[in-house]
Amino acid sequence: MSKVRVATVWLDGCSGCHMSFLDQDERLIELAGLVEVVHSPIVDPKEFPENVDVAIVEGAVSSEEDLHKIRVIRERSKILVSLGDCAVTSNVPAMRNPFKVADILKRAYGEMADHNAGTGPSEVVPPLLKRARPLHEVVHVDVFVPGCPPSADAIYYVLSELLAGRTPTPAELTRFGA
Amino acid sequence: MAKKQIVIDPVTRIEGHAKITIQLDDEGVVEDAHFHVTQLRGFEKFCEGRPFREMPSLMARICGICPVSHLMASAKACDALMAVKIPPVGAKLRVVMNLAQITQSHALSFFHLSSPDFLLGLDSDPATRNIFGMIEKYPDLARDGIRLRKCGQEIIAILGGKKIHPAWVVPGGVSEPLDEERRDKIVAMLPEALEIILRTLDWFKASLKNYEEEIATFANFPTLFMGIVGEGGLLHHYDGKLRIVDSARNIIKDGIEAHEYRKYIGEAVEPWSYLKSPYFKPLGYPEGIYRVGPLARLNIINRIGTPKADDEWLEFRKLDRHAVMSSFHYHYARLIEILYAVERMNEILHDEDILSTHVRAYAAPNCEVGVGMSEAPRGTLMHEYHIDKHGLMKSANLIIATGHNNLAMNRGVLQVAKHYVKGKELKEGMLNRVEAVIRAYDPCLSCSTHATGQMPLHVQLVDRRGTILSELKRN
Ligand code: SF4
Repeated sequence: MSKVRVATVWLDGCSGCHMSFLDQDERLIELAGLVEVVHSPIVDPKEFPENVDVAIVEGAVSSEEDLHKIRVIRERSKILVSLGDCAVTSNVPAMRNPFKVADILKRAYGEMADHNAGTGPSEVVPPLLKRARPLHEVVHVDVFVPGCPPSADAIYYVLSELLAGRTPTPAELTRFGA
Repeated sequence: MAKKQIVIDPVTRIEGHAKITIQLDDEGVVEDAHFHVTQLRGFEKFCEGRPFREMPSLMARICGICPVSHLMASAKACDALMAVKIPPVGAKLRVVMNLAQITQSHALSFFHLSSPDFLLGLDSDPATRNIFGMIEKYPDLARDGIRLRKCGQEIIAILGGKKIHPAWVVPGGVSEPLDEERRDKIVAMLPEALEIILRTLDWFKASLKNYEEEIATFANFPTLFMGIVGEGGLLHHYDGKLRIVDSARNIIKDGIEAHEYRKYIGEAVEPWSYLKSPYFKPLGYPEGIYRVGPLARLNIINRIGTPKADDEWLEFRKLDRHAVMSSFHYHYARLIEILYAVERMNEILHDEDILSTHVRAYAAPNCEVGVGMSEAPRGTLMHEYHIDKHGLMKSANLIIATGHNNLAMNRGVLQVAKHYVKGKELKEGMLNRVEAVIRAYDPCLSCSTHATGQMPLHVQLVDRRGTILSELKRN
């Protein structure tokens, strides 16, 4: 049987959800036999490939680059999993939403700087969106896995169900803020 | 003149969102290179108006890789706001959790992210040059890495209830004492960790001879080194004062307290990165370049303070006459620090008073400004909080470990690019080396972007009229 093509993506999150994925520990060895991780911060291929079976996405949509990426991910993936509270509700990234982007930049690069203080970086770096948004506001999401982060057990359960061709219902294993 | 640019985007097998650009002249010779951090999250602003007691839990969300480091620095800033001295056992328990995190984070950096370069090879197939490729080819080593990281994560969960973002570290100490059962459980895990780290050090040291070229060119240049040292100049990641040494290991400045940091550390803004570049103020910008993290810590201390790690340190010191200069040796330093962490946790957990139930001090806010400083796996972390009379946050300033290394990472990228990248014939392995120098620093960009993403590695050499001269894609 050919391996299931899995991608993991990190948008505006703290990487805690990815760390929880790695907390599957020895179960990763078992997974390595069943899935091929075709794209992820922990593997090298840079481009999000075509024909992904399961895309697992951590983090909110906060910059123009995030927005572009999540659209490409949706287009190229059969199942999109919204992993963790930042992806599901926009959680911590959304705490900046009541403030203007300019004020956020001013704090970091104007008030808290000693050399070249000003309005902030503008070359090469992607501009921030006005608001950080949850994934499902921007694209269709198939599976929601709340938690900050969802536990390794919850992630393992979701993956196992998907690999078995079933729709996971992780509500018993994780919840908002878990 | 035809200007060409190579873009590596994103840098992979690092913790975060970054790209590298390399500028070439018309002969294809590297002129300049930059390391860009492409995300900003705004913690320094959006904490405004929130109760300071929330800060440890909130600030931990800066980073899921080293949440415990932010817990430590944040809780220490809160201790300073309350002007309390926390109970000694509360402090010891914080130290144990911090060392558990050093163990898991260093294991992640070494095994999960960088060992594919060492074992599968810097020029190996990028499709399998990762932890899953390791599982297939070197299952025993991969298992060692997974077990070692698991050990650190489990100790954090045993102490704090959860592996990632535990709520146990609070202003004034920790919320729950340790009991005998849990103490014994942790102590029982340490012998395996010790065995793993000792055998890892053995094979890594034996393999160093294969990397002479990388060692010579991976950000190998003189800079200052900075970090916290404990009493007697011993290695300490939680308590102590800042020390800065030069490349000859002369002490330039010693005994800097957390609240004095701004006197010595300035922050510079560059238009092409969301990550600011701190510098040593007395030398100015960018001459005040310095490095932090495992390599820096092993360069600034008088000795480590645990027996096995001290032996390894003496051997490590022989690599260079003065300070160990090559950033390639961050990897080596990381392994020695894991050894120290395992030994030290074992010592502390055998202290007679470790099960004491007096682990937390209570107080109202007493100061308007509090600064907390601790050593994260990647280097010194500073949290500065300002509150109003009700204890609500007015502002925060955060300098994170990876930020301190920003200048040195940029200079390192340039050095490696100049050595390996020959613009006329691009090879994937060359670019992987440019990324590998960044990996050696183990930058934590979730931290540094408290302040985003993946795009293809797509390198084009374009002349002035936009004609593509040469192209390289990594899919
Ligand atoms: S949900 Fe929590 S653990 Fe996951 S990225 Fe967001 S803050 Fe980090």
